[in-house]
Amino acid sequence: MEIKLKMLKQQAFDARKSILEMSLNGGCFIGASLSCVDVITYLYNGYLNINKVNLNDTKRDYFLISKGHAVPALYAALAECGILEKQRLQNHLKDNDYIYWHPNVNIPGIEFHSGSLGHNLSVAIGIALDIKMSNQNNKVVVMLGDGELNEGSNWEGILLAPSYNLDNLIVIIDRNHLQANVETEQLIKLEPLKPKFEAFGFNTYEIDGHNFEQIHNCFNSLASNNKPHAIIADTVRGKGIPSIERNPSKWYMKINESEFNELMQELTVNFKEN
Amino acid sequence: MNYEQFLLDYIPNHPEVVVLTAENRAAIRNLPNILVNNFIDTGICEQSLVGISAGLALRGRKPITHALAAFLTMRAFEFIRTDVGYANLPVKLVGSFAGFLSEANGPTHQAIEDIALMRLIPNMQVFAPADENDLVTMLPKIIESKFPAYVRYNNLPNSISHSDFEIGFPEIIGDGKDVALFTYGAMFNETLKVQRYLETKQVNSTLVNIRTLKPINIEIISNIALNCKLIVTIEDHFINSGLFSIINQILYSSKIIKEVVPIGLDERWFKPLMFDDLIKYEKFDYLSISSQILNKLNEI
Repeated sequence: MEIKLKMLKQQAFDARKSILEMSLNGGCFIGASLSCVDVITYLYNGYLNINKVNLNDTKRDYFLISKGHAVPALYAALAECGILEKQRLQNHLKDNDYIYWHPNVNIPGIEFHSGSLGHNLSVAIGIALDIKMSNQNNKVVVMLGDGELNEGSNWEGILLAPSYNLDNLIVIIDRNHLQANVETEQLIKLEPLKPKFEAFGFNTYEIDGHNFEQIHNCFNSLASNNKPHAIIADTVRGKGIPSIERNPSKWYMKINESEFNELMQELTVNFKEN
Repeated sequence: MNYEQFLLDYIPNHPEVVVLTAENRAAIRNLPNILVNNFIDTGICEQSLVGISAGLALRGRKPITHALAAFLTMRAFEFIRTDVGYANLPVKLVGSFAGFLSEANGPTHQAIEDIALMRLIPNMQVFAPADENDLVTMLPKIIESKFPAYVRYNNLPNSISHSDFEIGFPEIIGDGKDVALFTYGAMFNETLKVQRYLETKQVNSTLVNIRTLKPINIEIISNIALNCKLIVTIEDHFINSGLFSIINQILYSSKIIKEVVPIGLDERWFKPLMFDDLIKYEKFDYLSISSQILNKLNEI
């Protein structure tokens, strides 16, 4: 599959703009959304067999976002690929819709809710097991936060997926190096992370989670064996808006109109420079 | 027919049913080799067991999910609440060794809050069969239901031939007006002995095998309570938020003011012993319960 680089970059820019608008419309968890938005944009616009006509087809691919606070990135990506009406993003935190701080199945394209960390890997394993039992070939992609790996239930899943030879399961770690408040390595050390996944029996890959060529090449050259896949996407929290990048205090932001304009200006300049 | 045989007969005609366990195979020892594709053992991972069951149910399966009641309902509680309850998926959770059936294991294994925890969860149906025959009688309706369910499993020998089952409806034995005996699960058999013993003392009772703790038919319970002099709840569960609380809630909402005598565990765990010794030690044997009831009747 050929990569539509220019289109992806534009979609990711538009998705970032939508995320910023959600920060304006009531506030959202912007930092974690901006770190994973490139990977999610890629998944919906270059990889997954999910579109607005096959949402109930059992042969579709599945994507679950376990780091639920980053759902603005998913809302935005679903809007970019036409599964979610873009207009609905304006309903962020409004009582006439379900565009709130965590994913929920009232939103077209959202397979399952999350919010409580450490849940979606096991749900994804259940889906992947059923796909195997049904002799189907669809893929299940689940995104976990790096801080989320503190949750013990993930390590149950990391033990289980290789035991069941779930080569249809792709686990993405959004490795933005920050928990809610502090750096992961200053709290519960994750490193060396890649050897951990390898030792548990995953095919493991490390990529720059903001580089579409690397993302594309990785997803299109996954090993063919019986093992599940773990992709550690090295990312930057707040990516795309330099003044908030890597800033632990910019985890959640509720901004006013003038702050929005300033940040939008930053985002645009940064986009044009790259 | 035992539980395992029921599943072996049922599943070939219901391929959507998948049997899962967190390495708790006591009730289903022969199933893995026979079911193969419809059997998943997650190892001792109760949280993932429940999350995986939710994932399977999202794909249209009906998981029957086994673990020790204590670890299923407590270690995995948030997974049950969030992945199964909130999502309203038809996962059938089967908790074994609940209540007094954990026998000599000690408080780590004592699921005596399972009914309270499970009935808290919106959408969750809660069942407690009296014995294995009752369980097998109840199972088709439990599995057919589109709601999530918790089943307080046991494989006790049956003491009576059980009547047909409908979700929400109890089984009623006798129609005595002196005492209403409300019970469920492993205490059913002993309560049946209470009923028979009381008869020898010219005390007539209505024995209610609750079967479904949620949803529950308020009218039937209210009518029985209204017509009996004394109401007793008997359960191997904490008094707090178990059947005692359920009956009181029903009486209150039906504007029936009557004292309910709770026979249950009041803010404490029970002595780890084998079942027969345990019920004697804890005064849950029929003679102890009967004498408590007779004393109470004398006070009225």
